Amino acid sequence: MTQTSGGDVRLSGISKTYGSFTAVHPLDLTVPAGSFFALLGASGCGKTTTLRMIAGLEDPSAGTVELDGRDITALPPYKRPVNTVFQNYALFPHLDIFENIAFGLRRRGIKTVKKQVEEMLDLVELGPMARRKPTQLSGGQQQRVAVARALINHPQVLLLDEPLGALDLKLRRQMQLELKRIQTEVGITFVHVTHDQEEAMTMADTVAVMNGGRVEQLGAPADLYENPGTTFVANFLGTSNLIEAEVVTAGGDDLLLTAGGSKLRLPAGRCRATARTGGTVLAGVRPEKISLAHAGDAGTIADGRNRLTGRIAHAGFLGVSTQYVVETPGAGRLAVYEQNVERDARLAPGAEVVLHWNPAHTFGLDASQDIGAGADTGEETA
Amino acid sequence: MTTATEAPPPASADAPGGRARGTRKRLVPYWLLLPGILWLVVFFAAPLVYQASTSVQTGSLEEGFKVTWHFAAYWDALGAYWPQFLRSVGYAATATVLCLVLGYPLAYLIAFKAGRWRNVVMILVIAPFFTSFLIRTLAWKTILADGGPVVGVLNSLHVLDVTSWLGLTEGQRVLATPLAVVCGLTYNFLPFMVLPLYTSLERIDPRLHEAAGDLYARPVTTFRRVTFPLSMPGVVAGTLLTFIPAAGDYINAELLGSTDQKMIGNVIQSQFLRVLDYPTAAALSFILMAAILAMVTLYIRKSGTEDLV
Repeated sequence: MTQTSGGDVRLSGISKTYGSFTAVHPLDLTVPAGSFFALLGASGCGKTTTLRMIAGLEDPSAGTVELDGRDITALPPYKRPVNTVFQNYALFPHLDIFENIAFGLRRRGIKTVKKQVEEMLDLVELGPMARRKPTQLSGGQQQRVAVARALINHPQVLLLDEPLGALDLKLRRQMQLELKRIQTEVGITFVHVTHDQEEAMTMADTVAVMNGGRVEQLGAPADLYENPGTTFVANFLGTSNLIEAEVVTAGGDDLLLTAGGSKLRLPAGRCRATARTGGTVLAGVRPEKISLAHAGDAGTIADGRNRLTGRIAHAGFLGVSTQYVVETPGAGRLAVYEQNVERDARLAPGAEVVLHWNPAHTFGLDASQDIGAGADTGEETA
Repeated sequence: MTTATEAPPPASADAPGGRARGTRKRLVPYWLLLPGILWLVVFFAAPLVYQASTSVQTGSLEEGFKVTWHFAAYWDALGAYWPQFLRSVGYAATATVLCLVLGYPLAYLIAFKAGRWRNVVMILVIAPFFTSFLIRTLAWKTILADGGPVVGVLNSLHVLDVTSWLGLTEGQRVLATPLAVVCGLTYNFLPFMVLPLYTSLERIDPRLHEAAGDLYARPVTTFRRVTFPLSMPGVVAGTLLTFIPAAGDYINAELLGSTDQKMIGNVIQSQFLRVLDYPTAAALSFILMAAILAMVTLYIRKSGTEDLV
């Protein structure tokens, strides 16, 4: 397989409206050459429309698409050095696997079709299937044909539209690693659309979280996870505990907050909201950052940690970890994930507990947002 | 229906009544087939056998016909009427091609471009069926009448000069020429072409068009490599539904043609109803049936649509 250099994709002020409905609000986005970029969001958030505008399958209502510094907005799809792996693959049912993969090469009048297709069939381990029709293949095999059919053209950018959506969980995991491997090997820019936050985080270098036709936040997966900028990102990417808290003192390195009578500290640098004394912010913390101690051991908790008291409402054993739901006065129900290393038998439903965590893991969000945004949509993907 | 829906567990086969119920269940498909089989026997198989016996009879209306295994009737009929056979195949084939040329873009439009007008256009396609075949063909007689507006326009555009040079029309008239008969056949059978074409085009996943475009196929290439091959079941069904009835049709030749445009249908009709030479008429029917069967078989083999569906 020859090394192909990927291309920079630059979207400037691109938008798409259908009548009075705006699918994508004016959007600026740069996908660096050779990167694995994920557009993540719930269905209807505009991620697929954005992808289709890069492919040329959808005309933007405004704005431009640039590839490697060249404006390709007006180019029809068949003139763009971009290929797509379609949702449900869109393999040609009347052609066999070999001809499906050869399709792009034949259209461009390339001579060494047989050799290239055979190499590609080997890469995706489908050599013996060459003369089968797509319907005679399993879902995973069809998926590999779709990838091979696009990759054989050495596009500057490979667009993937929910490519793993139709596969079962185990196969999906396997293909995630496989796609990541191929991307590293060929160095092509991948733009991957998915509604599965785990998939986006596993595979992509950069994730753009989309909501309601806008990019909510963009960054490396770990950065998005640790420093969500909005309640939507906090809830859609994993789970967050968001606590409505009053600002006691602003200014200084840490903000001092109070929620339900408990004092909480929040590093000023991790607060996205403008905090005024007496104002409200949402204090957030990820469930796995919280430790649980039985109320009887409260004295052993180190000083300087944020703490809340509550009662265990529910405990779910998951093997590696246990997920607790703790009812706290003032902060509502909080989720806590504890590794099952040294389990305290007293931590059962009904037990009085103290939740504590390092204040550095607290993040602050603007309280004017919907506290539950993105929470339901994130769950349905599991 | 309860017997058909509840699947008895294997263990219950030995239980009293289990065997009887199993037998009844096995018979269900045959009971369901019965009305269809009866219909075919009464209205298809029986007349066919009767016709076959008629075709090898000799005699006259006065003395009565007797089966004499007179197979020569076939050769005599073919010898006497081969020009009408050839003409029927020629007219039917031309009308089928015309239907395909006119019907494909129409079906394509309905399937992919009509949007919310789809149902309106569909109704327009089917609308002619609301009046009788005979009335519509008679209307064409008026439309194509000598000195009528159509002939006038064609004449002033010198189209008739070209068509008469091609032998499709004669002089300043359209009626009573091959052109009129082929036009009538095309008109009458167009919906039979459009409907199956539409059905198979409509089934094509629009993402396949996008995928072809994404893989460097221009719109024309996409049509040639993806859309058309995938619509082949519709093309085959449409051409068969047009060609088979058109080859046996006699109304169009009767109303729009003259004695020079007689098709095999006209011959069979007059042999049966006017000349009252039943054996010849039956033999001609069988020859027509065999010819169409052979052509259709060859056609389906050639177009290779078996593994498309």
